[in-house]
Amino acid sequence: MDDMLRIDTYPTHIFNEYGLRPGHPYPFGANPVPGGINFSVFSRHADYCVLVLFKKDAPKPFAEIPFRGMFTKPGTGEPFWGDFRIGNVFSMVVFDLNIEEIEYGFRMGAGYPKVERGKPGFQRFDPRSILLDPYARAIGGRDIWGQAPDWNNIYQHRARIAYDDFDWESDRPLEIPAENLMIYEMHVRGFTRHPSAGVKHAGTFAGLKDKIPYLKELGVNSVELMPIYEFDELEGVHNHPETGEMLVNYWGYSTVGFFAPKAGYAATGKSKDGTMVVDELKTLVKELHANGIEVMLDVVFNHTAEGNEYGPTISFRGIDNITYYLLTPEGYYFNFSGTGNTLNCNNPVVRGMVLDCLRYWAAEYHIDGFRFDLAAVLGRDQNGAPMLNPPLLEALANDPVLAKCKLIAEAWDAGGLYQVGSFPAFGRWGEWNGKFRDTLRRWIKGDSGIISDLALRLQGSPDLYASRGPTASVNFITCHDGFTMLDLVSYDNKHNEANGENNNDGANDNNSWNCGCEGETDDQGIQDLRFRQIKNAFALLTVSQGVPMMLMGDEMGNSQSGNNNMYCHDSELSWLDWSLLQKNQQLFRFFKNCISFRKAHPVFHNMWHLRGQDYLGTGLPDISWHGVKAWNPDWSESSRLLAFMLDGKHAKGGQSQDNSIYVVTNTYWEGLDVELPGLPSVRGQNWYVFANTGVNTPEDVCEPGAELLLGKQDHLFVGPRSVVILVAK
Amino acid sequence: MAFNSVLEIVNGVAKITLSGELDAAAAPAFRTDVEKAAAAKVKAVALLMKDLEYMASAGLRALVFAKQKMGAQTEIYMIGLQESVMETIEMTGFQNSVTFLDSYDAAKVEGA
Repeated sequence: MDDMLRIDTYPTHIFNEYGLRPGHPYPFGANPVPGGINFSVFSRHADYCVLVLFKKDAPKPFAEIPFRGMFTKPGTGEPFWGDFRIGNVFSMVVFDLNIEEIEYGFRMGAGYPKVERGKPGFQRFDPRSILLDPYARAIGGRDIWGQAPDWNNIYQHRARIAYDDFDWESDRPLEIPAENLMIYEMHVRGFTRHPSAGVKHAGTFAGLKDKIPYLKELGVNSVELMPIYEFDELEGVHNHPETGEMLVNYWGYSTVGFFAPKAGYAATGKSKDGTMVVDELKTLVKELHANGIEVMLDVVFNHTAEGNEYGPTISFRGIDNITYYLLTPEGYYFNFSGTGNTLNCNNPVVRGMVLDCLRYWAAEYHIDGFRFDLAAVLGRDQNGAPMLNPPLLEALANDPVLAKCKLIAEAWDAGGLYQVGSFPAFGRWGEWNGKFRDTLRRWIKGDSGIISDLALRLQGSPDLYASRGPTASVNFITCHDGFTMLDLVSYDNKHNEANGENNNDGANDNNSWNCGCEGETDDQGIQDLRFRQIKNAFALLTVSQGVPMMLMGDEMGNSQSGNNNMYCHDSELSWLDWSLLQKNQQLFRFFKNCISFRKAHPVFHNMWHLRGQDYLGTGLPDISWHGVKAWNPDWSESSRLLAFMLDGKHAKGGQSQDNSIYVVTNTYWEGLDVELPGLPSVRGQNWYVFANTGVNTPEDVCEPGAELLLGKQDHLFVGPRSVVILVAK
Repeated sequence: MAFNSVLEIVNGVAKITLSGELDAAAAPAFRTDVEKAAAAKVKAVALLMKDLEYMASAGLRALVFAKQKMGAQTEIYMIGLQESVMETIEMTGFQNSVTFLDSYDAAKVEGA
């Protein structure tokens, strides 16, 4: 086979000094081929397209090569007409380009009237604009986080070509069953940017890699990375009107390029070779996998960084505006995302791009799953109306490459579509369960009237996911969007003044309680109560059926000073302060042991909903409910105590054998004496205490397996606002 | 500084002295030396990198190429790396293909 010679490695066309030949329409993007690079880009409405080539970072292009026009024949120099287009795809091979040195873009034009900035319009072609390839695998222009670019440069976000030959050795996606996941939601930069992180390359993929031992010790087995597709942290950059602080696009929910990792998150971003960011991220993924940790990406397909009628032309709007965006009948951008525009996800071409993109990340980066931001948008038709069977969601659910990837929806959008429990799942999709968050928050702070709802949430929300099972429910109490766990128990109200929007931004319905004083306090009693409430919350999260997700830093008591919308802060307010780990060691220990306890007990990992019945004849139902009196739960409006017992013999429908577990949660402001359910005598078992948030550390939690024998086996005192977890053995 | 690669084969070890900047334009020259070493069926390759100032993606890939070309039984040593080059190799995950040494250790390399 070594002797087999491809016959398409020589130019058939010459333009100036560049050797060319007709390209391959698929795959889209810029792909190395023998001797050259194949450039391929779609536009349905462009009349013409020009490839624009730059040296890396250069202000002006060194070549512009049309996809259609007069070329010459190699050797003879004879002129002839050529057109490198098939269907609506412009594609050509350019020979002898240095991958590491060049950046490329496109100019496109058509015979539509020019649309002025701020005016409505269906097509926004402007041949003066140099357009980023939607399929660019690496993107320059913001190589070093926060570094101001030359704003006069005509090409701000610059497509690069990346190698896709990473040496993965034997690595592949881990395919951890969803019911066994413990997800850690995190911000790549915020995780290690603080000086206390103690890593060499702070705020980068390489920095995160250095912290893998920490994640492993905590026990999480999935990291969900907030957006890492290329975005522009300087988009909408402005100064706080009073403090003067520079406010940036810190979170990154505004995609510039769907196929490229965020260069500013890579320590190698500053390298002369701008393609190494790809290898750096792949190295991180490989190392996480080697440590048993999956990687999930938070992906934003509902909108792009191009904004509304006033936004910049970066890529899509100059390539084919009406294809890529949802437009009103007048030609304005629909704004179901709350950020200016809405990607036209159920246009077949856009749908294809989303599929290509996710396949690329799954195949080339070994990504284990995706969480879709404002995913309800993905189910809207081309007029913006919700569909019953959205083809994009169906295609994703059935895609062969994505078949083992976790697909998780944030099942709502900014246009008022709320689909928690009703997201078109096609048997595959899970959801961020916002109802779990709201119910658990209300319960923990002591609200009345929600005990029945609580019981549903603890079981994996069978009311919402009857046909899908508990693993459709991603349970969380905190996430990036809102208060941290410490702030949830320290503030009644949001304090977003630092965002410079007069505290008008961010959610108002936080279901939070400050435990007696708004914000920081020296009152030891309040401090103790706050920590107890945090432990209550996390304990209930980890004993709930479904897929638990926690927020980075909650395990060490991270605070954002009451700010519940940190999207614009790149400062100590948003960076994780690692000195908290030492200061709040008791929280870390509690979290770590709870995670370990959950992992050790299959009874928490059911794939099907519990029935409340003894369908295996073990003498106990799979789940039973209790109150102050055993077998007698109080479901009344004012009830603030609920207990449940999970029968270990029913673990995973009887497929696993486990200890039985008893959990009691008391949100009364006073302690209560609770009668315990006696285990069937044939089991000859006793109750042992794994956790009791009502007592001081270190007695609040044990190492799993080292639980303490309960003194009185038939009664238990449960302290005020406390959770107790017992294990039978 | 222009890239330079010098190959000599001593005691069954291919010593390749690298200097300058190993980028995409320079990588073919390096690969040629690697191919020669492979053809000579050496027991080890020692890359003397004290004067190598920069290594780009193509250079990193040439390392993997070298490892794959010669097989797992041929050890590849990278000797005297500058810190920035070492960091690049580690951040991009290419360190698994090679063994790092501060200086040439004949007993180790030639005894391989």
